[in-house]
Formats: sequence, C-alpha cells, structure tokens
Amino acid sequence: MTSGTGVGVVEPQRARFDAPLRLRSGQTLPGFELAYETYGTLNAARSNAILVCHALSGHQHVAGVHADAPNNLGWWDNIVGPGRPLDTDRFFVVGVNNLGGCHGSTGPASLNPATDAPWGRDFPIVTVEDWIEAQARLADRLGVSQWAATIGGSLGGMQAMQWTIEHPGRVRHALVIAAAPKLSAENIAFNEVARQAILSDPDYAAGKRPERGLRLARMLGHITYLSDDQMADKFGRRLRHGEYKYGFGVEFEVESYLRHQGDKFAGWFDADTYLRMTKALDYYDPAAACGGDLAAALAKAEAKFLVVSFTTDWRFSPERSREIVNALVKNHQNVAYAEIESQHGHDSFLMENAHYHRVVANYLANVKT
Amino acid sequence: MTNTLGRPDFAAIAAWVQPGESVLDLRCGDGTLLKLLQQERGARGWGVEIDPDNVAAAIANGINVIQGNLEGGLAGFEDRAFDHVVLSRTLQTVRHTEGILREMLRVGREVVVSFPNFAYWKNRMAVMNGRMPVSEDLPYQWFNTPNVRFFTIDDFEALCTQMGVTIRERHVLDEEGRLIEEEQNFLGSLGVYRITR
Repeated sequence: MTSGTGVGVVEPQRARFDAPLRLRSGQTLPGFELAYETYGTLNAARSNAILVCHALSGHQHVAGVHADAPNNLGWWDNIVGPGRPLDTDRFFVVGVNNLGGCHGSTGPASLNPATDAPWGRDFPIVTVEDWIEAQARLADRLGVSQWAATIGGSLGGMQAMQWTIEHPGRVRHALVIAAAPKLSAENIAFNEVARQAILSDPDYAAGKRPERGLRLARMLGHITYLSDDQMADKFGRRLRHGEYKYGFGVEFEVESYLRHQGDKFAGWFDADTYLRMTKALDYYDPAAACGGDLAAALAKAEAKFLVVSFTTDWRFSPERSREIVNALVKNHQNVAYAEIESQHGHDSFLMENAHYHRVVANYLANVKT
Repeated sequence: MTNTLGRPDFAAIAAWVQPGESVLDLRCGDGTLLKLLQQERGARGWGVEIDPDNVAAAIANGINVIQGNLEGGLAGFEDRAFDHVVLSRTLQTVRHTEGILREMLRVGREVVVSFPNFAYWKNRMAVMNGRMPVSEDLPYQWFNTPNVRFFTIDDFEALCTQMGVTIRERHVLDEEGRLIEEEQNFLGSLGVYRITR
C-alpha cells in the first residue's frame, strides 16, 4: 500500500513566458503559459529539484489534491510524497502540463493572440524537444539551474531522456521508465488509427467536439496499455448478461470496460491536444540526428540513468528499454536497468508495485541534493 | 592482499584490474565486487544480475547494474566493450559453458573466471564416503544446488586448450583462501583464472 499521507492539498500554479518560442516545426509561438504544481521545498542551494514529465494524457497535477476537488488525486500520487520514492521531505518535485496540452498550459483551447479566437486545430504541432525548451524556461523561472533528476514514464520517459541530450549540464539523473528511444512502425500505426478516428469524425469536420472519435482513440489506446494476461484475468470472456444476445450491444465485460474508458475520456480530453501528443510521440527519434546511432546521440549526456521496463509491456517492451541501456553502456555511461515483473502491461509504470517503487526509491536515495 | 569481504577470489581479481579500467561483472549480486573495484582500484564497473532483489540491492549500492540473464549470451554488449569481464563462482551454474566463455571473450579484452574445484581433496573424500560434497565453495546440497556443471581445475584447463583460450594467470585457493602452489587440482578448492583469446 501507498505509504504516508501524501502531499495533501496543493496549489495550482501558472507561469507566463513572453519571449517567443521557436518550434521544431519552424513555427513560432509568440509567448505561452505553463500550468504547473510543486511539492516539497526547494533547498537553499536549489539543487534538490525533480522534474516529472507526463505521458500522452497526463498533466501537471501529479500528486495531492486541490482544495476545490478533494477527491481528484494526482495521477502519480502513489510515488510522490513524504517517505515515498520521490520523497518530498528531500526533493522539490515539479509537475508541468506540456505545451499543446489541455490542462491549463497554452494549447489548442488557448486564445491565438493574432486572431483573439481559440487556436483550435491551428495550434502548431509541438515536439518533445519543444517541450524541453518550455520546461527549461520554467526551470529558469523557478531558479533551478540543474535538475537533480528528470523522471517520466512512456512519453514522459522520452522527455526525461531528451533533457540529458538537449541540456547535458542541467540534469544529473534521468529516470526513463517504460519508454523507447523511438516509436516502431507498429507504434506509429496505432497512433495513426487513433488520429484517424478523430479526424474522420464528422463532428470534427464540422468544427464540433469529436466525441465519437476521441472515444474510439481512447478505446484503441487502452488496448495497447494493457497486457493480454491482465485482460484475461480482469475480463476473460465474461458476459454482462450471462448469455449471448446475438446483437451489437455491450455483451462481453471487456467491451463494457473499453466503452466506459472511451466515454470518460471523450468527456474531458481535447481532441486537438490528443492529435498533437501522438504526433510528438511519432516524431521523437533522438538518434536520427546522428545517422540513427543512439549511442552517438546519448554520448553528450552527463547524467546518470535509471532505465526501467515491465515484463508485460508490449507497447514499449523491455527490449526497447534495452536499446537505451545498450547505447549508454556502449558509451561507458552510468546506467542501472531493472525489468520489473508486472502483469499490468504499459500501464505498469503508474501502478503501485512494491519492487518497482523500491527500485526507484533505492536509486533516488543515492541522488545527492 | 588478504581476504576481501569473505570472498578470497575478490583479492586476486582486484589485483588484475588497473585504475581507470572498465569491468563487466556477470551475476554481480548486490555489486559488492564492483564496489570494491571502484573504491579500491578506481575501476569503472557495470554488472549483470538476474535476481530482482539483488538488482534492487545493487541499485542501492550505486552500482551500474543491468537486469538480465546469461543463458542468452551477452547480446547487448559490443565486441571488446570492456577491459575485464568477470564471472565469479558462477560458471558452474551456466548450462552453455563454451557459449558464455566465448561471449565473455568477445566483449572483454580479458576474462576472469572463478569456480569451485570438484576435485578438491575434501570433495573427493565426500564422494569416496558415498556422499556428494558440501563445502565452503560448494555450499549446496545436491537437491537444491544451482550448479549444473561439475568440473575440476584440470577439466577447465583442458577446455581452455580445446577452445584455443590462453591462460594468463591462475590463482588456486583452499577453503581458507590461502594460495595453493602445488598439487592444485587436489589441494585447491577454488580456481581463479585470468584468460584471453
């Protein structure tokens, strides 16, 4: 069970950056805002800050609750707090919503200063590298010249790793969890089907909220986050009504689950954000600039690494994490790697798992503040 | 050098590693040897370990531990990636003896192997008396041993000859960790070898 009481009530924060941000795509954002939260206390030397990077549908609300929403626990609350692996008695932990997000940072729902109307689908495509630049400005604002650690799972792990390449001197440790050095064709294929679900929804074409498309995208995504074993355990072939109805309503429990997940997501997530997050995943490929040589791309990193994978994760399998590990070892860089036994597939990185949390806690115990 | 943390082969291994050299320790456990080589010899170390508890302990020790098994070889590692590859008291637990030796010689400039000598006189006595040996260096009962290959110092050297492997140095120790110079296959409990292609 999660230890301790957690960080309790936390304050949503915002930072405004007026200097234009030139994006990888060639477009320029005239200025932007980032929504963020912090947990713990920045020490006098400003040397104990950890940046938590979020994945596809994540955001800045990593831990604790807001005063006006006492039941809305942060998405990674089980790992952040006093006495937890990201120990807020030692570390100053920062969660930030990425550019293009839909949780308060500048994104498709924000006003485009050129038109005074929401950006909507005109919001530029943003990349992992763009996010790092935005996060770096937030670090400057917070007075953090060097992160004690960057950490994230999945797309968040890619950001944690990219920090060490973009700003080698600004990160001492990178914890890269359930990630990959780039997407495979199969990964991109899943993303493309999710995007097409949204783009082909007539509501999207009509300028309305494409709930059907979002629902389908999320249902597809969810299949890739789980494992075959876990689905067998959780649902098997169980029927809602105990017998076949010979129709297209919800019959199998797994259908009910997916529809529920899809409905929940379609009710609140921004379709234009979803489209952009999947593109950021697709484009991420730090080795490309070095002719496909990941070791060459990572050679400039000064950080030490902890790489973690999960046995049943088939979206970013342990072999994908080993690519990162092998590249770092080839360079004689410092890296530890744990392959965690878990039945929860890709979602394992979010789950409470005593061994996983012990590995992260043991690693962070050696991170000097 | 005296016994090091109860592992007399560690002292011999440490003496073969020069400051700044890179070491890959296979089945590194909680990283005790690597920590010693880093602290006392200024080496740069990486380890491979399969047991999850050992991996967590090695991480707590600040070791570059990589979780993985040896039966699949050392596929992730480049040719000649390390100055030394160490397999301490583990060769007898690996099914593909020749395979792992070739893999170690591929990724390392030098290889260090230590293993219990099945022909140690006390082991011979045990078998003479009708029981499988249990000793300091063979601490398991026959029914719960992780060991799958039982061989002697002479067997190992014969295999090296057959594989065209060069033996650079050999330390043979008794159960107390004392160096044995004569009648090594009879008086030695543990063989520690430094080999190259």
